[in-house]
Amino acid sequence: MGDDISPIRHEQKLADGGHTCKQAPEMLDKGSNLILLKEDLAPNIHLFKLNAPIISNKVRAGQFAIIRIGEKGERIPLTFADWDKEEGSITIIFMKIGTSTHKLALMQPGDSITNVVGPLGIPTNIEKYGTVLCVGGGIGIAPITPIARALKAAGNKVISIIGARGKELLFWEDRLRNISDELIVCTDDGSCGRGVLVTEVLRELCESEQRIDRVFAIGPAIMMKYCAETTRPFGIKTIASLNSIMVDGTGMCGCCRVSVGGQTRFACVDGPEFDAHQVDWDELLSRQCTYIDEESYSLREWRRKQSNTV
Amino acid sequence: MAKLDLNRISMPRQDGKERRNNFNEVALGYSDEQAISEAQRCIQCPKQPCIAGCPVGIDIPGFIKAVIEKDMPEAARILKNKNSLPAICGRVCPQESQCEVVCTLSKKGAPIAIGRLERYVADWERRNKPNIPDADPPEPDGKRVAVVGSGPAGLTAAAELAKLGYRVTIFEGLHMPGGVLMYGIPEFRLPKEIVRAEVDYVISLGVELQLDSLVGKLFTIDELLAVGYDAVFLGTGAGLPMFLNIPGENLNGIYSANEFLTRINLMKAYLFPEYDTPVKIGKKVAVIGGGNVAMDSARCAIRLGADQVYIVYRRSEQEMPARREEVENAREEGIQFKFLTNPKRLIGNEKNWVTGMECLEMELGEPDASGRRRPIAKPGTEFIIELDEAIIALGTTPNPLIASTTSDLETTKYGTVVADKITGKTVKDKVWAGGDVMTGSDTVISAMGAAKRAAADIDDYLKHH
Repeated sequence: MGDDISPIRHEQKLADGGHTCKQAPEMLDKGSNLILLKEDLAPNIHLFKLNAPIISNKVRAGQFAIIRIGEKGERIPLTFADWDKEEGSITIIFMKIGTSTHKLALMQPGDSITNVVGPLGIPTNIEKYGTVLCVGGGIGIAPITPIARALKAAGNKVISIIGARGKELLFWEDRLRNISDELIVCTDDGSCGRGVLVTEVLRELCESEQRIDRVFAIGPAIMMKYCAETTRPFGIKTIASLNSIMVDGTGMCGCCRVSVGGQTRFACVDGPEFDAHQVDWDELLSRQCTYIDEESYSLREWRRKQSNTV
Repeated sequence: MAKLDLNRISMPRQDGKERRNNFNEVALGYSDEQAISEAQRCIQCPKQPCIAGCPVGIDIPGFIKAVIEKDMPEAARILKNKNSLPAICGRVCPQESQCEVVCTLSKKGAPIAIGRLERYVADWERRNKPNIPDADPPEPDGKRVAVVGSGPAGLTAAAELAKLGYRVTIFEGLHMPGGVLMYGIPEFRLPKEIVRAEVDYVISLGVELQLDSLVGKLFTIDELLAVGYDAVFLGTGAGLPMFLNIPGENLNGIYSANEFLTRINLMKAYLFPEYDTPVKIGKKVAVIGGGNVAMDSARCAIRLGADQVYIVYRRSEQEMPARREEVENAREEGIQFKFLTNPKRLIGNEKNWVTGMECLEMELGEPDASGRRRPIAKPGTEFIIELDEAIIALGTTPNPLIASTTSDLETTKYGTVVADKITGKTVKDKVWAGGDVMTGSDTVISAMGAAKRAAADIDDYLKHH
């Protein structure tokens, strides 16, 4: 492998030096971040189930983790897709886009992710609202699933709308169908379900006789922006989970700052969910592009190194 | 008595032009001869004002005497007796306003260079690894202390408590220990190898370190107490960056100093793409603020290849809180200072990238609560500084995460945790605090002093409960 994807955590390294002695009570043991299961959901979309007992015990719908791969890796946020307290596991789903996600995709069951910290951010505010719409676009299908599940458990009527460019990029359709009272699937190319954008379905539902009490939208920022524009004229409160660039994820750096209702908020600690009608989407969209040149340069360099080592 | 020697030995440093191009340490450290010459200047005065000037009360004349006698293991032992992190303090302590300012030779304008000698001894120890007979750690008595945060306060509290025989776990939210020593202070001022060595020392005392464990999220203080910790020390620092709250502040190309420095120091963005984390490299960079963090940010920007770097500060040079030494270093590296200048708004292009900063000229009025003369805007003096990157270094306040998730903990309107000024005891049972989380942004050594006092109070409490 071109880069060091070290499965060894710092603590263990220190332990190798004979320094550490175990003092924290067992129940505070963070676990190994060991990959228990890998599933390829789509050509570029992968699922990992990781051993992380305390996190699995703490996480609630809407929260995220920051992970780092290798000692030279960056910190990237990933929203939890699922967790299992009994098994002590958490599930993350990601799309292979940049260097970090390419590195991640190379990892296999038995490897450990160098660092996993979480649960971060404020959980989704789950209440009995009445009828709720859960919109998941692309990779956003993963994090919307536990939210839909929690909303259903709280007694809401849940209508889920999921969308992707094409059939091959859709996943967890069955899961969402089981959780939801109704599931509407759309693809841009019409290869599965309806051949329209999720916002089109959203508009139809807003216009229908049916009373909609709240909308939750997770997906690319541009999709969430248009979901907000769609529901705004109907005055339906809409919550979006922002995918800002982050570094520490704990409120330390302000990289993820975003204007909400004219005020600067940190997506990592004040969010990631905000009232979508109050978010300055154009600012978010432009801030997401800050490192576009560096990201493609980094990926090119990584690929070059990979091909040299093969 | 021998004639007073007022020739303070200066510290060899990397040349200003050369160091603009690298992140290697600027101050190179004394040679053996230089250290001994400097130590020999100490008159070993009976009053020992330097000890009282040191927030952790190091026996300064004692370790200097050992240097003169070339008994380096003894010098190191004396230092470590009071200070668990001497290699760090020798580099980043503001000695000029602590031990050195009260030095008897200070009146003659040539105080002993205590910080440089401290660094010399600590570096000698790290390189030579003598077998210093550490006072045998007492048998662990079974009582557990949780230390939250692994910055200067946390490391010090952990070391002190471990030496007293307690079973200590440090919980650190980031993936590396060291706190601000790792993410904040740049390599050229405090090499990370040194931080790692000091952390290893603390761990060698039997302290357990649990990384990636954000207290307040993964578990709360109340949960730590519930699962069997007998006391908790909060050394969580002041990690929340302040912004200007002026228009345009969220444009692309504008960083908080915390973000800029974290990318560079913790994530090693200056080695991108070898390291994955990128950082933007501006051509014309303005750093807003006048403290050490502003100097660090400006000096990082110039090393990354910026053509022009300005420090924009609303008062005059006199009021700048940064250490003189760092201001001089910055100036030598080509940083330009714009004093009595206050930003009014940031201006961007059609792609939302920052292109300029509109500023106002200021003048100084009467002293304010901080004792410094208050800056007053001169109306109609607006002008624009062209730039393509701005770094906001206005200071930090404590992260509200712990206060907001802990029952019965009191905070001030500045977000600092309310605690006894001497002992660090908070109003919550079994919980102490020390360092920036209690005081707001302050120095490494003040945090260490507070942590030592808190550790002593925790010991006293645990002995009686």
